[in-house]
Amino acid sequence: MAGILADKDRIFLNLYGLHDWGLEGAMKRGAWNGTKDIVSQTPEWICDQVKASGLRGRGGAGFATGLKWTFMPKQESERPHYLLVNADESEPGACKDRDILRNDPHLLIEGCVIACRAMRSHNAYIYIRGEYVHERERLLAAIKQAYDAKLLGPGSILGYDVDVRVQHGGGAYICGDETALMESFEGKKGQPRLKPPFPAGAGIYGCPTTVNNVETISVVGTILRRGADWFAGFGTEKSTGTKLFAGSGHLNKPCVVEDAVGISVKQLIEDHFGGVRGGWKNLKAVIPGGISVRMIPAEQCEDAVMTYEDLQARGSGLGTGTMIVFDKDADLVKAIARAAYFYKHESCGQCTPCREGTGWMWRVMERMVTGEAEMAEIDMLLDVASQVEGHTICGLGDAAAWPIQGLFRHFRHEVEERINNYRARKGSYAGASIAAE
Amino acid sequence: MSVRRLSPNQPESFAFTPATLKAAKGWMANFPAGRQQSAMVPILWLVQKQEGWVSEPAIRAVAELLEVPVIRVLEVATFYTMFMLEPVGTHALVQVCGTTPCQTRGSEALMAVCKRKIGPQNHKSPDGKLYWQEVECLGACANAPMAAINDYYYEDLTPESFEKLLDDFAAGKKPKPGSAIGRQGSAPEGGPMTLIDPKLYDGSLAKKVKIPNLPPKAAKPAKEKA
Repeated sequence: MAGILADKDRIFLNLYGLHDWGLEGAMKRGAWNGTKDIVSQTPEWICDQVKASGLRGRGGAGFATGLKWTFMPKQESERPHYLLVNADESEPGACKDRDILRNDPHLLIEGCVIACRAMRSHNAYIYIRGEYVHERERLLAAIKQAYDAKLLGPGSILGYDVDVRVQHGGGAYICGDETALMESFEGKKGQPRLKPPFPAGAGIYGCPTTVNNVETISVVGTILRRGADWFAGFGTEKSTGTKLFAGSGHLNKPCVVEDAVGISVKQLIEDHFGGVRGGWKNLKAVIPGGISVRMIPAEQCEDAVMTYEDLQARGSGLGTGTMIVFDKDADLVKAIARAAYFYKHESCGQCTPCREGTGWMWRVMERMVTGEAEMAEIDMLLDVASQVEGHTICGLGDAAAWPIQGLFRHFRHEVEERINNYRARKGSYAGASIAAE
Repeated sequence: MSVRRLSPNQPESFAFTPATLKAAKGWMANFPAGRQQSAMVPILWLVQKQEGWVSEPAIRAVAELLEVPVIRVLEVATFYTMFMLEPVGTHALVQVCGTTPCQTRGSEALMAVCKRKIGPQNHKSPDGKLYWQEVECLGACANAPMAAINDYYYEDLTPESFEKLLDDFAAGKKPKPGSAIGRQGSAPEGGPMTLIDPKLYDGSLAKKVKIPNLPPKAAKPAKEKA
């Protein structure tokens, strides 16, 4: 058995698209089974079960899902409640929601119905990133099947009416932030909103809204079918359940795979991703949760496990659970400089620290790649990074700072060496004679 | 932030084709009454599908359709990088992902192919058929390096297979999207190592299940009508 999870305990049974993605195939694999019994329960029961399962948001922040749902008003007023599913998957390294959208869309649609019941909503929108054209076509086709089978829409055979609709974006990473997602949903620039008001009070169109990641919603049906204790039986006390993991970078067999939270980094790489290129000894560093968490060096990968708390204790994070692996030949400085460019490109421009800081950090990082930076600029860069971090409306500023901080925490000596080598090659350096006098 | 400006060369006019207009109206009906502005991004995308790019007259037409000030559409069209603000190649719009996961697996070599065959990025090839640019993460990292060509993803590319793709597009062919090395979706190369238990697919999971942990019958849930 590869990994620590048996096939019988997997949720995404058509992860690779080998079977029928349609309604018939999905039902054969257990989707929509018992949904009627679930949505005939009270919202409180559903929220309690999800709380008991320990499910945490799979989009990166890891907030307790059941708790989040209870923030919605207990009575629907003239302002309808909305579930907004975040399918704007753009985190470098993350490619897991894509496989749900194209291969197991009915798990997502079923999850939307159950989540809507839990938050007394009759309207779900799935906001999918614009570039996922194939995935959008697939999702729309699956939703049509569900309407045709009367699982959705007025007069649902489930006894609880929910409309599931799709919205798509225009290629902006920032729209993965929940308030930017809502702005973009309304047909505006994706610039995050200040909180409060929180979405559960005033979200899209000023109505109570809950934003959840695709994977979070898609696992709910199976959790309730098999029981909260089944899901809570995997992983650790604070990080439960199964989860999709993805591997990219210097791996022999990069892929997406479902396994139990709490699998060790080493086993995940060795069992599922075909090992590090050139063998385990050739590993240099891993960014475990999408590019916006800090990297962990090879020596820590020996005993690191994929849980929220273990990775957080290492100054990193589980994030989306999608790792980028670097072997000893990798140019980490260049890789992080490219990440800095990504944040510069994707900053929405609303907050000055992020708009100016991401561009500044990228330009300095580029000079560090060649080594033509000043030694003192390393500390200056870290200082600027800390001034961007935590001083912006949304998390993009933090996310831009963390990869750089991660690099210098573990590989500062490499940058210093590069700067020294650059100067040594040059032979003479303007300013050196002044210093000598 | 990416700074984006409208092209200095703009056409005289823009008109929705009946098919585009029908699809646009469909998107407008997708949202609650009075919230048609929500359809702006999908409609701009339809415009781009029709014309290949988003021109200034098209932006005005979308504003008129949605009954919003022109500036609202202009700011959206320049904010979202998926909208091309100048004409692109007649045969293919090639978008190579250059972000870190693809970079570690050789996207720079793919971009070198583009530079050699098409020219500098954000430009058309001399014959006007192809246009290429480097884009940020497209969300197919397990199949890196990859490129999106005319909406669909071409994955697990090498400079050789990528060059062949470009040739095919330039020749007017429509190559099949997906993995260039025959991988099944995002499964590991050589075939899946999980999801191999036949019991998952024999229909046994569709048998009626009893939902666990249900509250005792006495507390029969009140039917909430909303």
